[in-house]
Formats: sequence, C-alpha cells, structure tokens
Amino acid sequence: MGRALKGRPRLKLWVVLLVILSALWLSAPWLSVLWPAPPAAAQSNTVILSTTTSTQDSGLLDLLVPMFEKKTGMTVKTISVGTGQALTLAARGEADVALVHAPSVERKYVEEGKMRNRRLVMYNDFVVIGPEDDPAKIKGMPRVADALKRIADTQSRFVSRGDKSGTHVLELGLWKQAGIEPKGAWYIESGQGMGQTLGIANGRLAYTITDRGTWLAFQKRISLPILVEKDKLLLNIYSVMEINPANGPRVNVAGGKAFADFMVAPETQAVIKVFGLDKYGQPLFVPIAGKSDSDFQ
Amino acid sequence: MELIGQGIVQALRLLLSGDAEVWRIAWLSLAISATATLISLAVGIPLGTLLALARFPGRGFAISLVNTGMGLPPVVVGLFVTIVLWRSGALGFLELLYTPTAMVLAQFVIAAPVVVGLTLAAVQQIPGQFRLQLLALGASRPQMVWSLLKEARLPMLAAVMAGFGAVISEVGASLMVGGNIKGSTRVLTTATVLETSKGNFDVAIALSLILLALMFLVNWALTWIQQGRRA
Repeated sequence: MGRALKGRPRLKLWVVLLVILSALWLSAPWLSVLWPAPPAAAQSNTVILSTTTSTQDSGLLDLLVPMFEKKTGMTVKTISVGTGQALTLAARGEADVALVHAPSVERKYVEEGKMRNRRLVMYNDFVVIGPEDDPAKIKGMPRVADALKRIADTQSRFVSRGDKSGTHVLELGLWKQAGIEPKGAWYIESGQGMGQTLGIANGRLAYTITDRGTWLAFQKRISLPILVEKDKLLLNIYSVMEINPANGPRVNVAGGKAFADFMVAPETQAVIKVFGLDKYGQPLFVPIAGKSDSDFQ
Repeated sequence: MELIGQGIVQALRLLLSGDAEVWRIAWLSLAISATATLISLAVGIPLGTLLALARFPGRGFAISLVNTGMGLPPVVVGLFVTIVLWRSGALGFLELLYTPTAMVLAQFVIAAPVVVGLTLAAVQQIPGQFRLQLLALGASRPQMVWSLLKEARLPMLAAVMAGFGAVISEVGASLMVGGNIKGSTRVLTTATVLETSKGNFDVAIALSLILLALMFLVNWALTWIQQGRRA
C-alpha cells in the first residue's frame, strides 16, 4: 500500500465529515433549538403540560396549543402519557399544569394539596365494545356493571389497558361495582395506549372499554361494534389542575395558571364544542367549564 | 400487503409534496443523531485507544463494562437521563428535559460505549509488532498512536455506522427525554410510534420508509468512504 493510495480516502473522509459538520452547525434554526434561551427566560416562557394520550391522539391539543401559544407568547411542551403518570409527574413538580380524566384520583391529589384549583373542562363518554356475535350477550344492557359481570361469568376475553390510565382507573372502578376481581386467562392486560389496545381487542375478538373519540378515530381499522353505552358511570370527565409550587423546584406557576384559564375560557370552549364535527360527523367532546362534579352524579 | 403499498405511496407523496412537517422531522432525526454520534466519536475514540494500548489494574473490568455498555437498553438510558434531568434531578437547573439537547445527551450515552468498544477492537487487531516497529523507527508516542489509528480507520468507520445506526433507530430514550413534542423533539421513530397509536398506519409506514432511506443514505456514504480505496 503506497502512501499516495492511502492519502485519497483520508481526504475524502475529511471532506465528507466537514460537509456534515458545517451543514449541522451552520443551520441557524437548528442551533436555536439545541440551545434554547437561558434557563431564567425559559422559566417564565415554557409551560409543561402533563396530559393523557387521548387528548393528544384525538388531535384536540394540536388545535388548542397553537391557539394558546399565539395568544400568550408562551411555549407549551405537551407530555402525553397515561393519567397515572401525568399526575405523578405533576405531583413531583415536573409539570406546570395537568389535563387529565380520572376524577377519583384527581380529587385525592387535590385533597393532599399536590394540585389546586381543579376545574372541569369537557367530557365525552366511554363505551363497551366487543365482537359482533357477542358471546356474553351484553348488547344493549343499560347497566355497564351488569354487562361486565356477564363478561366475567362467561369467561369471555376482555382486554384491559392495565396502565393506570384514566380509562384503566374507570375500568377498575366498574369491576368493583360489578363485585368482580378480574383475573384469569380471559382477562388480558395490554399495558399500552388506547389505540394499541383497540388493535389487540380487534385481533383477538375481545371485549374492551374505550373512549368514544378513539373508537371513532379507529373506525377504519377495527370491526368491533358498540355494545353498551350511555350509562352514567361511563362519563369521561376531563379537568385541568394547577400544580402546587411546593411540589418541586422551578414550577412555572403563572404559566400553568394561564393554560388552565385558557382551557375554560369561552373562546376555547367554543372550539371544543365543534371539534371533530367535520371529520366524524359528531363532536368528540362536550365543553362543561363552570360545572361541578355534582352536576354529573 | 395493501397497507404497505399505501405506505409507500404515502411516503412518496409526503416527501414530494414538500410536507414541511415531515421534512422537519426527518432533518431533526438526522441532526440529533449525527450530533450525538460525533460527540461519541470525540469521546469514544481516545477512550477506546487508551483502553487498547494502556495497561493498568482493572483494565479487564473496564473493558467488560464497555462491552456491557454496547448493549445498553435505550429505555434504561432514557429512564436514568430523564431522572437526572428532572427539575428535581441533579441537572434539573439546566432545564434541559424535553429539548433536543436532552435527546443528544441520551443518544450520546447509548452510542459512546459502541464507539469505545469498536475502537478498542479495531486498535487491538493491529499486530503488536507494528507498534514495536514504529517505535524502533523512532516514532514518538503520539506519532505511534496516530499511525495506529490511521491503520485502524476502516474498522473504525464500522464504529461510526454502528453508533449512528443505534441512535437514529432508537425510540425508547428519545420518547422519554424528548417527550415527542411536535415541532421540537418529534423525530422519525417517535412520530412513527405516535402515528401507529393514532391508527394512521399508512403515515407510520411512510415515516418508517423515510427512516430506512435516511439510514441507507448515511451508511452508503460511509461505506463509500470505507471501501473507496478498494473499489
């Protein structure tokens, strides 16, 4: 191997590396993302919103967040996880505001003083879906607890989220109502989001509980019809809560409050009222700002 | 199969119609992973060379650590980096969580052991006599190390490819430390997960194909450098 032969590939290597490097570092917009404004400024301008996958998957936040950012000049970082994790993060002060849907758990956090100023934002509802031939014969049953009991009695397959999400919390509450501790080969825990869980239920021809919005969004992909709906227990109520700054360092209290106020403001509620109408022929959420839990019991 | 066909059509449509969001996501994936890989090289090559040439107590233990690190599960890295970057964490004051910088950091942790390990292997496979010869010819220590690295550069390009491949295809850590925020930390892998969970399988397939194409282009360029002189 002569030196001349060796020299060329090395040259090429450096040229390519240089091109990659300069492309990376000379692109100014990228630099500004990599090194955001200094922490002091970021503090007041960035709001971390801890929320659930359903609000993100429905596309509602893609509409509302830019509205809020334009109005206030703040930047929202939306972290969408299960309600359980969303609340844990908020309780640790790792978020500035929470938008979640598990009233029983929320009230506990408020009582403990981790969250404050819980306000209802909107609701939609859960439905029980399952295979067309309905082996447990639950179709049209008015009481969801009875339907679940029959699913358990007939050992029909049921897919649970199993992830402490709002949907999972509601499901567990319903099993309790039905007086059943769900376990056994028929009870499948997916440990995944609503979309994935619907896919599993569809593939294994099982029953499951889903929010109506996700079910509508998945119409093209799944063939499980709604079997039980409209029980009052199936209401899916979303609320917004601010975080107690004592939960951790650097909580953006003003930003969190601004976002919470925005969610219950009349203009925002008007947008929620019609959201989904064009795509699904029916709105996905009903705005309920100003109401209280007792209005839904 | 029909779905994959739709995905290919969708991928072409998204790319050709100049869908700004998709281009931005692809660009961000490349920028974050390339940055992480470059930093890993800057740290990993000296460290790997040191491990290959130096003899010190605990060297075997250190090498075992590196070899384990080569297979670090991204979700584990993601979890720990998240906890460190939390507001209540050791580096919380930097306010880095849910930024591209945090993703670079996590990907660096994933790629660095790969680079160290492969550099170590590349330098070690050069026969010991070569080193002795260099020294006998009057080379200084830095000159000797430089010659070794030059000699090892072909297998070391494999380190670049492996490191880059590991981080650009990684999803667990990026999702955790980046948060998959639209327009800021959404990269090809996390966007694919999101679109799948939304049931938009055609878009998810399109994003996957774009990721594969991107990986191919980068590896093709690197292979061309690596194999160039033999071709």
